[in-house]
Amino acid sequence: MTEFLLELKGITVKFGGFKALDDLNLSLRTGELRTVIGPNGAGKTTFLDVITGKVKPIEGDVYFKGKSLLKQREHRIARLGIGRKFQSPRVFEKLSVFDNLALAVAWPKKPIPLLLESTNRAEHARIDKLMSIVNLQAKSTVLAGSLSHGQKQWLEIAMLVGQKPDLLLVDEPVAGLTDEETDLTADLLKSLAGENTVLVIDHDMDFIRRLDSTVTVLHQGHVLCEGDMETIQKEPRVIEVYLGQPEEGIS
Amino acid sequence: MELILESLFNSVAIGSVLLVAALGLAIVFGLMGVINLAHGELMMVGAYSTYVIQLIFKLPILKPFYDIYILVAIAVAFIVSGVVGILLEQTVIRRLYGSPLETLLATWGVSLILQQFVRSVPLAYATGCVVTVFISLIFGTFVPKHLFQGSKGKLIKAGALSTSAIAGVLTGGLLGSLVSKLSRASARNVDVTAPAWMRGGVDLFGMTFPKTRLLIIVITLVSVVAVSFFLNKSVWGVRIRAVTQNRDMSECLGISTENVDILTFGIGSGLAGVAGVAVSLLGSVGPNVGGNYIVGCFMVVVLGGVGNLLGTVIAAFSIGLMTDLIGAGRLLTIWPSMPQPLASTVDFFSTTSMARVMIFALIVAFLQYRPAGLFPQKGRMVES
Amino acid sequence: MNNFHTSKGRPSWILWIVIIAVIVSAPTILPVFRLNLLGRYLSLAIVALGVDLIWGFTGLLSLGQGIFFALGGYCAAMYLQLNSSGDFPNGIPEFFGLYGIKKLPFFWEPFHSSLFTVVAIWLIPAAVAALLGFLVFRNRIKGVYFSILTQAALLVFFNFFNGQQKLINGTNGLKTDVTLIFGQLVGSESIQRWLFWLTALLVIAAWSFSKWVVRGRFGNVLIGIRDDEPRVRFTGYNPTLFKTIIFAIAGGLAGISGALYTVQSGIVSPQFMTVPFSIEMVIWVAVGGRGTLLGAILGAVIINYAKSLISEALPASWMFIQGGLFILVVTALPEGVLGWIQGSGPRNLLSRLGISRYSATYPKLEMNHNQERD
Repeated sequence: MTEFLLELKGITVKFGGFKALDDLNLSLRTGELRTVIGPNGAGKTTFLDVITGKVKPIEGDVYFKGKSLLKQREHRIARLGIGRKFQSPRVFEKLSVFDNLALAVAWPKKPIPLLLESTNRAEHARIDKLMSIVNLQAKSTVLAGSLSHGQKQWLEIAMLVGQKPDLLLVDEPVAGLTDEETDLTADLLKSLAGENTVLVIDHDMDFIRRLDSTVTVLHQGHVLCEGDMETIQKEPRVIEVYLGQPEEGIS
Repeated sequence: MELILESLFNSVAIGSVLLVAALGLAIVFGLMGVINLAHGELMMVGAYSTYVIQLIFKLPILKPFYDIYILVAIAVAFIVSGVVGILLEQTVIRRLYGSPLETLLATWGVSLILQQFVRSVPLAYATGCVVTVFISLIFGTFVPKHLFQGSKGKLIKAGALSTSAIAGVLTGGLLGSLVSKLSRASARNVDVTAPAWMRGGVDLFGMTFPKTRLLIIVITLVSVVAVSFFLNKSVWGVRIRAVTQNRDMSECLGISTENVDILTFGIGSGLAGVAGVAVSLLGSVGPNVGGNYIVGCFMVVVLGGVGNLLGTVIAAFSIGLMTDLIGAGRLLTIWPSMPQPLASTVDFFSTTSMARVMIFALIVAFLQYRPAGLFPQKGRMVES
Repeated sequence: MNNFHTSKGRPSWILWIVIIAVIVSAPTILPVFRLNLLGRYLSLAIVALGVDLIWGFTGLLSLGQGIFFALGGYCAAMYLQLNSSGDFPNGIPEFFGLYGIKKLPFFWEPFHSSLFTVVAIWLIPAAVAALLGFLVFRNRIKGVYFSILTQAALLVFFNFFNGQQKLINGTNGLKTDVTLIFGQLVGSESIQRWLFWLTALLVIAAWSFSKWVVRGRFGNVLIGIRDDEPRVRFTGYNPTLFKTIIFAIAGGLAGISGALYTVQSGIVSPQFMTVPFSIEMVIWVAVGGRGTLLGAILGAVIINYAKSLISEALPASWMFIQGGLFILVVTALPEGVLGWIQGSGPRNLLSRLGISRYSATYPKLEMNHNQERD
């Protein structure tokens, strides 16, 4: 009925008296790479919380593959094919890199099969492939907690991909990374798009430019405008709220 | 009418004991996120303080003032439990902020030690210990810090400590020689007798209300009003609430979070002491007196929701009401023509201990609808 | 990472032979009284294993394991009472006569069957744990709230069992030492010897079972729940289900433990459901080393043995020591003794003394089972 993978329609979220999201509308096509930017407090993280079921909106609806997500609990949404990377890297620090990925790859994610069966050959192969994508083969048995910040970010992205989601939600993947790591991450995300649908949230303009995708600007809980980076940068409203007000900026 | 009035009074009486006992716990848990399993033992300390004060007021010099000993005891119990609580915060809990489960276990250890302490140490010397800690706390807080530094600093520090130690030993020795009951350690329960003016009851609406119960209700009322006034109107109250909401920011604004922690914990513990006075009026005082109340207090906190005084108040009184309705079998008196199967069920639960079973079931059922209690905290921070 | 307390290869064989030799010969070495104590403490090791599974691995601090422990004990005691009540009036246990009960309460009936009892000992506690756990976990009640609720539940069960004279003899509890099994008194020396061996066997079985549970990805999910529950959820797992299952497993272990403890101490009573006893279980695990399983066993046996030795010598001091232990272990030794030994503890000590023999490699690297794949 629709060619959109994900559709948010008129989402409103309230925290106390504060409207974190206000009549937010957004649609993602299958295979698209989309970047969402916006100043602090624009509701970027809340917007991900709504999609993944962590926060329930008071108005509006979220459709994924044409089905509403509102009644679903978080783990169900994850199983439907939405993977999420958190703002600060969140991996299981007391488990090895391999075990982290094994949890992401495991299917079905039910207790009894997990108890009775160990990781099979096909899963081993997938885990090895994932580790080679993010360059962590050598760290297979190392506890995730002892990885560097950048490696944790990558491990989390690899876990995300390992879940075989149709939609990847990536929250600030390059925060705290070196320039070189940032470039590699950008290439990684671009290579994932097409096969998967990817939604990235970030502040880093160089990184976003490198992603070369459609950009959605959030402001005060709703979509301010949408377009490629060039158009966005010329848009006066965007310049006003976000990209820089030289006269009022840091001086 | 009389029936309803009696039921209401009983509920309020039960609820107010629960409330005054849970108040300190709710503050410490709500504002600091600390589960203090030694709270019951801080109540015990308050109850024993009442006992000691009562014996002191029986001395010939103070005999004329015996009637007001209970008022003195409230103040003393507040201070003594507060001091013990601050000592606990400084030595143990401070190291465990941010790991509530560990705090829970450590405070349980403290509660065991406190229980055994009152069993094996004569109360006179226990009083001496409290005096020592109290005086050294005063030195630590009110003497300017710079005096403790430099070449003479160590000397002054040693002097302060020895002064407090000597004061403690003197107090203990004096008390032990004056009041023989305090000079021996005993694991047996002791009794606090109310002064003459508090015995008997007040006749109102053709009913008799026991005066001790009324006094407990008054104590509770005053405590709640004082606490809410302190938290909402005083400068330190604002600071405490600020630290609860954002610790780092408060520090940046120049609030000494360390002092706030001490104050919050001290007040919470002091309130446990006040609850101890109330409890000592209801029955005999022993090492286990606090343990009997602690789970009830936690139920009040869970039902009321964290960080909300109104929730605590409502929860305490609803548990009081339920205890009375179920435990005293009052439902049957109110509605005698109850159908048979229901009536026998009600009858089955109409003892104090079975009422607890029923109330727990009701609370768990309630939590299915409102997992965070009556008044949950709202916002983005809660989940994480 | 969970099997780092066993080294593979020859030394473990020798260790096993020593363990089995000790168990088999214990009845000839130890006097009857001490053997009985050791048997009881070994049965407590089983409940401690359960505590380690839910607290050490999953991060759920239950202060109510006494409920399941006592339920197991009551199941065993009810069977034994029925098994030897043929001579009493109405053919029902003697205590019913005191309250003028002539007919056996309905829930006693199935305990005529030994098969039912053997199943009930672990299944009833596990089912109660599953129900209680599900109601609590479903609402994402966790952390200290969970601890408080389990403690309240414990008190509720205590009150219930304490108050029901006519159903299960209330505060007096059910005696087992004067009951019969295989035609002999349960309290007799030969039965007690067999019970000791049975306990030792079941400790090993429970330990192997627990190891199996935490070995693979199921165990890793539990660790994930402990460390970052929302992440587990967003990875597609339902934490409620896993928590309920592991809580039920711990409940079942507690039931077995309680049954073994009951038959070796001669009585089950609501005293098994007092608040201090259930918290003590946690400290056994904490001292031994949470998340190590073996630490739970060692902690349970050693602390209880120390308790009985110290209480005999200086009765008043045990409370101080125990209280101090609680404070010490959480402030100074959060990993427990075994965790400290396996972790960096001894190495730090050695290097501080200037005799470090270890390089800074990853301690668990060479023991990780995932490396053994093709």
